[in-house]
Amino acid sequence: MSKCKTSPEVGGMGHSIKRKEDPRFIRGQGNYVDDVVRPGMVFMDIVRSPYAHAKIKSINTEKALAHPGVAAVITGETLKEYNLHMMPTLMSDTQMVLPIDKVCYQAQEVAAVVATDRYSAADGVELVEVEYEPLPVVVDPHKATDPDAPIIRDDKEGQENNHIFHWEAGDKDGTEEIFKNADVTVKENIYIPRIHVASIETCGCVSEFDSVSGRLTVWLTTQAPHAIRTVVALVAGHVGLQEDKIRIISPDIGGGFGGKVPVYPGYVIAIAASVVTGLPIKWIEDRRENLQADSFARDYHMACEIAADKDGTLKALRIKTLADHGYADAAANPSKFPAGMFSICTGSYDFKNAFVEVDGVYTNKPPGGIAYRCSFRVTEAVHAIERMVDVVADELGMDAAELRMNNFISKDAFPYQSPMGWEYDSGDYHAALKLAMDNIGYDELLKEQAEKREKGELMGIGISSFTEVVGAGPSKDFDILGIKMFDSSEIRIHPTGKVIARFGTKSQGQGHETTYGQIIAEELGIPHSDVTVEEGDTDTAPYGLGTYASRSTPTAGAAAALACRKIKEKSQKIAAHLLEVAEEDLEWEVGKFSVKGVPDKSVTIQDIAFAAYTNHPQGLEAGLEATHYYDPPNMTYPFGSYIAVVDIDSETGEVKVRRFMAVDDCGNIINPMIVEGQIHGGLTQGLAPALFEEISYDDEGNITGGSFMEYLVPTAVETPHWETDKTVTPSPHHPLGAKGVGESPTVGAPPAIVNAVVDALSHLGVKHIDIPITPEKVWRAINKQDAA
Amino acid sequence: MATQSITVTINGEAKTADVEDRLLLVHLIRDNCGLTGTHIGCDTTHCGACTVLLDGTAVKSCTVFAVQANGREVTTIEGIEGEALHPLQEGFMEEHGLQCGFCTPGMIMSSKHLLDKNPNPTEEEIRWGISGNLCRCTGYQNIVKAVQYASNKLEETTTEGG
Repeated sequence: MSKCKTSPEVGGMGHSIKRKEDPRFIRGQGNYVDDVVRPGMVFMDIVRSPYAHAKIKSINTEKALAHPGVAAVITGETLKEYNLHMMPTLMSDTQMVLPIDKVCYQAQEVAAVVATDRYSAADGVELVEVEYEPLPVVVDPHKATDPDAPIIRDDKEGQENNHIFHWEAGDKDGTEEIFKNADVTVKENIYIPRIHVASIETCGCVSEFDSVSGRLTVWLTTQAPHAIRTVVALVAGHVGLQEDKIRIISPDIGGGFGGKVPVYPGYVIAIAASVVTGLPIKWIEDRRENLQADSFARDYHMACEIAADKDGTLKALRIKTLADHGYADAAANPSKFPAGMFSICTGSYDFKNAFVEVDGVYTNKPPGGIAYRCSFRVTEAVHAIERMVDVVADELGMDAAELRMNNFISKDAFPYQSPMGWEYDSGDYHAALKLAMDNIGYDELLKEQAEKREKGELMGIGISSFTEVVGAGPSKDFDILGIKMFDSSEIRIHPTGKVIARFGTKSQGQGHETTYGQIIAEELGIPHSDVTVEEGDTDTAPYGLGTYASRSTPTAGAAAALACRKIKEKSQKIAAHLLEVAEEDLEWEVGKFSVKGVPDKSVTIQDIAFAAYTNHPQGLEAGLEATHYYDPPNMTYPFGSYIAVVDIDSETGEVKVRRFMAVDDCGNIINPMIVEGQIHGGLTQGLAPALFEEISYDDEGNITGGSFMEYLVPTAVETPHWETDKTVTPSPHHPLGAKGVGESPTVGAPPAIVNAVVDALSHLGVKHIDIPITPEKVWRAINKQDAA
Repeated sequence: MATQSITVTINGEAKTADVEDRLLLVHLIRDNCGLTGTHIGCDTTHCGACTVLLDGTAVKSCTVFAVQANGREVTTIEGIEGEALHPLQEGFMEEHGLQCGFCTPGMIMSSKHLLDKNPNPTEEEIRWGISGNLCRCTGYQNIVKAVQYASNKLEETTTEGG
């Protein structure tokens, strides 16, 4: 957006308004779940399995129950009495809340201890005696469907192996035809490993049940409070917890990134325990529980192929993926998309044809398949295509930037129909890459690299020109457990012109209290400082599917704009009444209606609000408020071009990201300061899996990256200084022309870094390295070459 | 479980409590004193969300026993605001150095320790100074700017004062 429509005081779109959230956070006055204290509250802690797959022979709770302070021990048998020992996942699979007869992953919940304080609960956990009989484990997803593999989900009727689903998209035969006749074909096996969002706040809840009123109130670390309420009602309706009696409060959330979308067993146990005991119960997992048992992201084994002409024209793409879902398909994808939006994998390029298939399998690992700060499986798709474009460039000896430029979808081709059936809304990929190249001095970098190579120094330049698909989504295709993926805004203007606006989404740091206020300021001219934004309380906020997949601005932001427009329509009637003119004689400018040609004769939105309660026209309803449930006509397609420059220590294999230029295009921008902050954070969560993070397992299914000692979240020292810039290509279908930005950098950054590392080593014959690119992997890549 | 009577001065106020030997300082601060600005992110000294000052030195209060603080002074995020915001608090707001806010109190306390020892740190010194504190939202860049803002502001105040 080149120019702001509103003054800084009004603070509509395009102003870097300081955040309304900050005054409480910088004083330590936030209200996170663990800060909630209720009268008589007790604490819950969880007994977890040391085995990845084992029969439970017995659970002895006697010693635990005898411990001072321990009030109750809950097992699967306890929950089974209420038929609460199993629960549905968001993907219509099932998972255990607590086991009856076997465990299927290490760190699985086995029993829960309720005690008067945290310490006694932890003591109780130590005193619960569980006898296990280990079973053979399935760790490697490639062996999951072997005929002799143990069947993990023998509890499911008709489940005769560990295969969960097969999903495919695109044109198999048409793609095959192109591959058969292609000048050049390339193939690479790319693994994008299991990682964890590791928000600094772990998950937890406080559950309180009022047995007199039958009301359940749960303060919960959730990105989707309304959906969770519905799930709880579906799971526990039979024990009297009907939806109107359930209040989910999502207070301040210490980072979500997708990890706070699912329903975790710990929540359900705490809820059940509070109902059974009548005591308010707090359960807060510790970091190891969070890393070891909560939903993972990624874990895609992708066999990728591209067919191209000799001149580098990309023709067809084919990807066969094995998806390791762990013990249950507990991904958080829209129902019709078991592999999420993976079919965005043709990316920014004008492929003639493409075909992808994904097979999901069970293994003895925790369930999941959620996002890690990305729209459903988009990171996997972008990683595949952006790596593969470089593989083609390497094969043909072409410059990676030139190859991209030659194959980008032209800006005149939008709306663009991808071979996978997506309709990209808008884009100008050439402009974004050119800007990134100019900003970073691409040609000079190539010269520098050539000089360094002469001297034996390792330097690489990597590009990623990604296209995302976010803002799920249109109700014709998108639902979670049948609930359509609209989102909502309810705006109430009070007599003095001040606003309370409520939303179905839930910020976890994105700054909704500020940016939603700016949307209202933009639409109605009411200063952002006169708007109070509320989210996260299912008793008060309109129903919505929550905040993830960069959907808040595309859905709830659009809902706010359209609710404002309903208010503006009514305001015009009131203005006509006040000014004693016909409605059509009025024109709107920021914050007021005036009589056409007589600008002095006007009423402000504040005058109108007052009149809506004190002097409304007869025949018109009093009050000034509107609610809108926004069903987007299409997804939005943010994009960008990133260039990474890395230096590699050839002795140690250590990779240092020396420079990183990120050009993002998220359409029109609400708050540039917040957008830039989102990009910094997203880039760092792209750097993290590229170089450091992996949740890995040994052959027995023991987790080998289950604490912050092994799971390396980057600190300020490893994180480079990010250079950012933007192009602005508005979304044609979004009421504000906005697209969403929170996840683009996490999606786009990893392949830029990998491409830079491979580029640094390409003269040594290195074609690909899987993330995370640890010093050891680089050292081995270098030294294998030396030995050859 | 054995208990001891301890007296800890928290944000200038002496608190006496009978505590179990094993009680962590962070739980004394949060649960016994109700100062919930100090957060818990890992229990294992990695994330720094629980950072407080113990006799002026930044410590991770999840790895200090409450009894170790007996007779000593603890400063938490709630104790650094005087008549106005501390320059670090102001800097974090002005430079958008926070998003979800969960790491922020610990980050501010570590930064305070840094600036108390080194009022004019370089960018690299700031990055090392906060390297015991994890942030998952900001990518640290604006946190660095926030500390620089506070450094400049403190310097101005000192110059004006002197």
